[in-house]
Amino acid sequence: MISLLINILILLFVPFLMIGVIKKTKAFWAGRKGVSIMQPLWDFLRLMKKDSVISETTSWVFKFAPVAGFASILFAALFVPLVAGKPIFNIPFAFVVFSYILGFGKFFSLIAALDTGSSFEGMGASREACFSTIVEPAFFIGMASIAALSQNYTFESLRLILKNAGTYGYLIIALLAVTLFIMLLIECCRVPVDDPTTHLELTMIHEVMILDNSGADLGLITWGSAIKMFLFEALIANLILPVSLHGWMALAAFLAVVFILAVIVGTVESSMARFRMTHVFEFIFIMSITALIILALVTYRMYGG
Amino acid sequence: MNWIVTENNKKINALDIPAVSIEEIKSDIENMKMRVVGFFGKQEYENVRLYVVMADDKIGKLYVTSTIFTPNMKSYESFTQKFPAFHIFEREFYEEFGIEPLNHPWLKPVRINQDKYPFFEMQGEDIHQVAVGPIHAGVIEPGHFRFMCLGEKVYDLEIMLGYQHRGVEELFLKNKRYNNRLAESVCGDSVIAYNMAYSQAMEALSGTEITSKAQIIRRVALEMERIAIHIGDMGAIAGDMAYLMGASIFGITRTLVINTMLEISGSRFGRGLINVGGVNFDIDDKMSDKIIEMLDGVAKTVDRTTKVMLKTPSCISRMERTGCVSAENAKALGAVGMAARSSGVDIDTRFDFNDKWYTSLDVVKPFKATGDVHSRFMLRYKEIKQSMQIVKKLLAKLKEFKSEAIKVTPNNMLAPNSFVISMTEGWRGEVVHIALTGANGELLRYKMKDPSFNNWYMLAMAVRNNGVSDFPLCNKSFNLSYCGNDL
Repeated sequence: MISLLINILILLFVPFLMIGVIKKTKAFWAGRKGVSIMQPLWDFLRLMKKDSVISETTSWVFKFAPVAGFASILFAALFVPLVAGKPIFNIPFAFVVFSYILGFGKFFSLIAALDTGSSFEGMGASREACFSTIVEPAFFIGMASIAALSQNYTFESLRLILKNAGTYGYLIIALLAVTLFIMLLIECCRVPVDDPTTHLELTMIHEVMILDNSGADLGLITWGSAIKMFLFEALIANLILPVSLHGWMALAAFLAVVFILAVIVGTVESSMARFRMTHVFEFIFIMSITALIILALVTYRMYGG
Repeated sequence: MNWIVTENNKKINALDIPAVSIEEIKSDIENMKMRVVGFFGKQEYENVRLYVVMADDKIGKLYVTSTIFTPNMKSYESFTQKFPAFHIFEREFYEEFGIEPLNHPWLKPVRINQDKYPFFEMQGEDIHQVAVGPIHAGVIEPGHFRFMCLGEKVYDLEIMLGYQHRGVEELFLKNKRYNNRLAESVCGDSVIAYNMAYSQAMEALSGTEITSKAQIIRRVALEMERIAIHIGDMGAIAGDMAYLMGASIFGITRTLVINTMLEISGSRFGRGLINVGGVNFDIDDKMSDKIIEMLDGVAKTVDRTTKVMLKTPSCISRMERTGCVSAENAKALGAVGMAARSSGVDIDTRFDFNDKWYTSLDVVKPFKATGDVHSRFMLRYKEIKQSMQIVKKLLAKLKEFKSEAIKVTPNNMLAPNSFVISMTEGWRGEVVHIALTGANGELLRYKMKDPSFNNWYMLAMAVRNNGVSDFPLCNKSFNLSYCGNDL
């Protein structure tokens, strides 16, 4: 019970701190002092106090989308293992459920963007849809491979790689971590795929889709996307942390991984330019390739010599 | 002789300017193979007199002629068909005087009547239009951009400006006294260049000889303006690529330069520094050492950051082959200044028009011309280095004129019936001011041309066949002026 409560608290509030850490890291590299790590939380609370301005040209879809998006992310979170290693709904093929529940929210955010009738938002929606389409197969190949390896089709398979694959396991873990990290950069719209801080509508992907949102709607969206990023970090944490950790140690290690990943994201954002839109595909294909290598390794381990 | 030959900042008698037929001008232009720097009308009772100013950059001479349109001459065969560089000038002339250039391929409003702007449109199921502005997301000036895209690819960009049209040229005529404060407010990022062009024009007309010391201080300020804005632009280019490190370090470095300007003149952008008759603030030995020390520090940071950026593959990949304009296109469009140089058109009024403070300094012209964003980035870097050398040499020279005054009292009367062309190479390119006085020495016409006026179409060319998401980067690499165009 306590572990469940802790997990819920972590799920709801650590994402703000994680975004704060990314901002702090970027400020550090830029030679600035930066805002407080708590600032994303204060921003969220400020937004929640505000009314939303809703364009007259939009329909119910536009009002529904932020809620649908947030609800789908929270629902998807129930299938993801956090600290204790076991998600609340520990069902087989959770990675498929996870993907498509997130997809449900994304679908609504896409049509809400189209609903506004803005040419920017249409472009953003088409970019987001395009990138997600290519990311999905890579994610499935990677996750299905390790599930097949351990014959455990729940997310627990993340923690069973070493047990089943022996020394190959380290390689698989490394490759899967890279796959998930790239997926995080794409799905959560970080540099080098998207620039979350830009003001240039023509170059945006995710940000442009929410240009028309304001107030509490925008607050929900920012909270949701922070949680979404946190979920990917949780997957990576479960993948790389030793299975033997228990109790407070596990909690500390989990949080450490989350914040270290946030620092890495911030460092990546500070040290490279974002790709030209047409080059993003090449970047996504790196993820597909690592996923295919995992598949090859697993096949070799299971059926090979 | 159909043309009168003159030089930069040299007063000529307006009555000497020949008035010939427009056909003669056209055939002359064909033979001359020169660059247009002025093409503007002036109302003379019921007639409209069209002045044409051409520049020969090789020998640093300017050629002036004019033609008269009587009230029943309402049109002429356009120059643009043969010389595309005239397109914007003819549009401006048409807008101001209603004399139509026939068969002009792109006869659209320049500054006024935007509500009737006839946009170029493409038809097709997959074509979509993207309209950006006039209000933009960043804190920048207003301008409307209309893209014709096929997916992510831009087929055509049309730029509609004029939101900042203030009638500045007329304001100069209203003021009887010298109005440097107005001149430096025309275009806020080229304060020194505009003020210098204005002051030089007025000094030429009033016959005021300013001291060498003032000349040098003006040019030091001009180069410092170039250094500051170029560094800022390099930072902005990095920012548009989401390269945080470049954006913040160049941003910090630019501040050092403009803060030194603040120490010299009390304004970070050099407002109030230049007046007709000289400059208002001296650069003494102590200040001179301070500038050199600042420049050395800035040079180190700029060198280091540029080196890091050019070693970052993602930066290079983003800049190279983005927004290319070929030398032929740049030349045909009549591009000027930094943007033209980065496409391989080697024109720079500082060196081409016999400015003794520049030609005597023996500085190598910077050059790197592939015409893409990378080229414009590199050119900025090289010009910063070049300007630093120039500032140092000028400051060394300043010591020779220590005893001179910084300003002289200008003659209050302008010479009657005179015509002067004053060109100053601001950081963006040549800022051209043309002044014309009447029989009592009153200003009859004050014409200004910002380099952006020539170069906006170059941006439209650069964006063609690029991704629509590369537009902000292309735009920033030109960093053209809206208010300089709109006047």
